[in-house]
Amino acid sequence: MNTSTSTFVRTEMLPEQSPPLTEAGAVKWVRENLFSSVLNGILTVLGVAVVAYIIVGIAPWLSRSVWNAGSLSECRQIIAATWGEGVTGACWAVIRERWPQYLFGFYPSHLYWRPVLAFALLVVAVAPVLFDKLPRKMLWFSLVYPAVGFWLLWGGSVWVPVTALAGFAIGYAAAKLIQPVAGTILATIAAVLAPVLWWLFLAGPVADALHSIMPIALQGVRSREFGGFVLAFTIGFTGIAFSLPLGVMLALGRQSDMFIVNKLSVGFIEFIRGVPLITLLFTASLLLNYFLPPGTDFDIILRVIIMVVLFAAAYIAEVVRGGLAALPRGQYEAADALGLDYWKAQRLIIMPQALKISIPGIVSTFIGLFKDTTLVVFVGLLDPLKGITDAVRASTDWKGIYWEPYIFVGAIFFLFCFGMSRYSMYLESKLKTDHR
Amino acid sequence: MSEAIARQIDPSQMKVSDEVAIQISQMNKWYGTFHVLRDINMTVNRGERIVICGPSGSGKSTLIRCINRLEEHQQGQIIVDGTELTSDLKNIDKVRSEVGMVFQHFNLFPHLTILENLTLAPIWVRKTPKAEAIEVAMHYLRKVKIPEQANKYPGQLSGGQQQRVAIARSLCMKPRIMLFDEPTSALDPEMIKEVLDTMIELAEEGMTMLCVTHEMGFAQAVANRVIFMDQGQIVEQNNPKEFFNNPQSDRTKLFLSQILGH
Ligand SMILES: Nc1ncnc2c1ncn2[C@@H]1O[C@H](COP(=O)(O)OP(=O)(O)OP(=O)(O)O)[C@@H](O)[C@H]1O
Ligand SMILES: [Mg+2]
Repeated sequence: MNTSTSTFVRTEMLPEQSPPLTEAGAVKWVRENLFSSVLNGILTVLGVAVVAYIIVGIAPWLSRSVWNAGSLSECRQIIAATWGEGVTGACWAVIRERWPQYLFGFYPSHLYWRPVLAFALLVVAVAPVLFDKLPRKMLWFSLVYPAVGFWLLWGGSVWVPVTALAGFAIGYAAAKLIQPVAGTILATIAAVLAPVLWWLFLAGPVADALHSIMPIALQGVRSREFGGFVLAFTIGFTGIAFSLPLGVMLALGRQSDMFIVNKLSVGFIEFIRGVPLITLLFTASLLLNYFLPPGTDFDIILRVIIMVVLFAAAYIAEVVRGGLAALPRGQYEAADALGLDYWKAQRLIIMPQALKISIPGIVSTFIGLFKDTTLVVFVGLLDPLKGITDAVRASTDWKGIYWEPYIFVGAIFFLFCFGMSRYSMYLESKLKTDHR
Repeated sequence: MSEAIARQIDPSQMKVSDEVAIQISQMNKWYGTFHVLRDINMTVNRGERIVICGPSGSGKSTLIRCINRLEEHQQGQIIVDGTELTSDLKNIDKVRSEVGMVFQHFNLFPHLTILENLTLAPIWVRKTPKAEAIEVAMHYLRKVKIPEQANKYPGQLSGGQQQRVAIARSLCMKPRIMLFDEPTSALDPEMIKEVLDTMIELAEEGMTMLCVTHEMGFAQAVANRVIFMDQGQIVEQNNPKEFFNNPQSDRTKLFLSQILGH
């Protein structure tokens, strides 16, 4: 090419060439990612050392796993016989023998099918919520699932969950009736008040009456018989399902111009966030009894669930408030200018965006809530981690077993929490429409 | 500025009915203790195209935002299409469904596609069947010349395209009055023209328009009245010819000399 001329026209196009050898493949990757600088190199070496140390510590113990034994001492004999005296090994036999207890606690064993069925139906109910490719009609089942799940788990008269569900229908009907006559605000109040009154005063007698006419019932199971993962899932999933809507309402309440609504929301959120969950659980198990009329049989799991829901809802409210604050005012104005009323604007414009922003925070709260279900051990319920493990260790066979149950329970918790975390990442990337 | 206008139309040829569309009388508004709008009196007839201009902070946005109650006035009367704006939610809803608004920053809904942006209000506010709403939406998208973008998201469009979508979104509600708050001032010069063209077309069809803008070329081309505001008051209003060639008040003269770059 003649560089002295300033005009230039290419006559031949250059063919594509493969990159120089050193710049491709594994060598390049290692250099760029692991040893790009002295500091990076040191950190790489340190990291590898830490991982190696952990593996060297655990691997031999894991490699000497015993799956078939009737007690801890038998386990130890087998380990000694197989790998020699003085070495340690993992005794998974305890899980093999006691897994029903880890899953079901003291739930009557001939009724195990009921929690299993409830869990299977839970998957069906949750699926359309998680994946919008599934038919939208399935959401109707998701809506009634709480009643179905409740009936399967606790049994008793079918009319109890039915009348409880009816409360929601009553709230909806009340709102629909009052909205045209008295406006949105009164309709909202009616939508809350009517079901609460129904549940407090009418649902019980109506359920009894219906039961005497048409007695359909499953064998009842008392809450104290619940335990293990049935208990953790019952509290965890109910908590998740109810804390999100309540949290959203609290976030909206905190943004509201209505003085009372605003102050109540702020007070509630700040109070709940300022108190340890354990305190709330103790309140649920002990103090509530003083406030309730004597003789009321207010189910302990229900009480715990209410506290867990309130606790998580306060956190979610703050997370969602962050999402709301991140929305430009123009979004509200555009919704107003188009004539959307408050609830429609919230539902169609504001919440979809605010919740999308809040997904990581919401899922963190859910994960926290799910793990915190183990705290119910402090109010005498048999959580899988400590409650059941202590029960297992109380038997002479498994006295002294330590790591294996915790690893097992931890692994199951990890599986579900990791699943939630991955799902939230999937959701975030799916909802990404801003193309920034 | 006037080179942005492609077609010259003669505003005096376009008919203005004597039916009143907006009537504002003795209106005052405060932000806290700050008296932002002072004693505003103005009548807009159906089919009028009014351009509002004035220095920054003079209350132009506040004034047109009062007309669809994005802001609340404290004194006086605003009557839009025979409905007085009070705290009565029913009246507010009624007025908002008659009045379309286009914002400086478009305010499209980023989580919805263009088509969903356009059909949302007709479906949820007007209860239009979905198929019909889509048909109407596509009609207006063709009108603003971007039907091929229907299934994209706002974030994938240029500023000018987004603003045209915003105009189409308002039009889908079949408003009788359109408010524009500096619709071109967030746009690059080459996109201003496409938005102004859309607005001119709208004016030709007889839409009642109130437009806050500094595009004096647009004012000369389509407005039948220019209103100049300063310090929350209407200082001068006149037809564009008189307004630009023979301004009366000193404030107007100063403003015009600044904005026309003398
Ligand atoms: N929400 C508010 N609270 C308090 N003061 C406000 C508020 N909005 C606007 N103002 C003040 O009111 C005055 C008028 O504002 P407005 O936005 O109507 O001006 P404008 O004429 O549209 O100006 P610009 O050309 O910069 O858009 C300004 O002084 C502004 O600072
Ligand atoms: Mg403004």
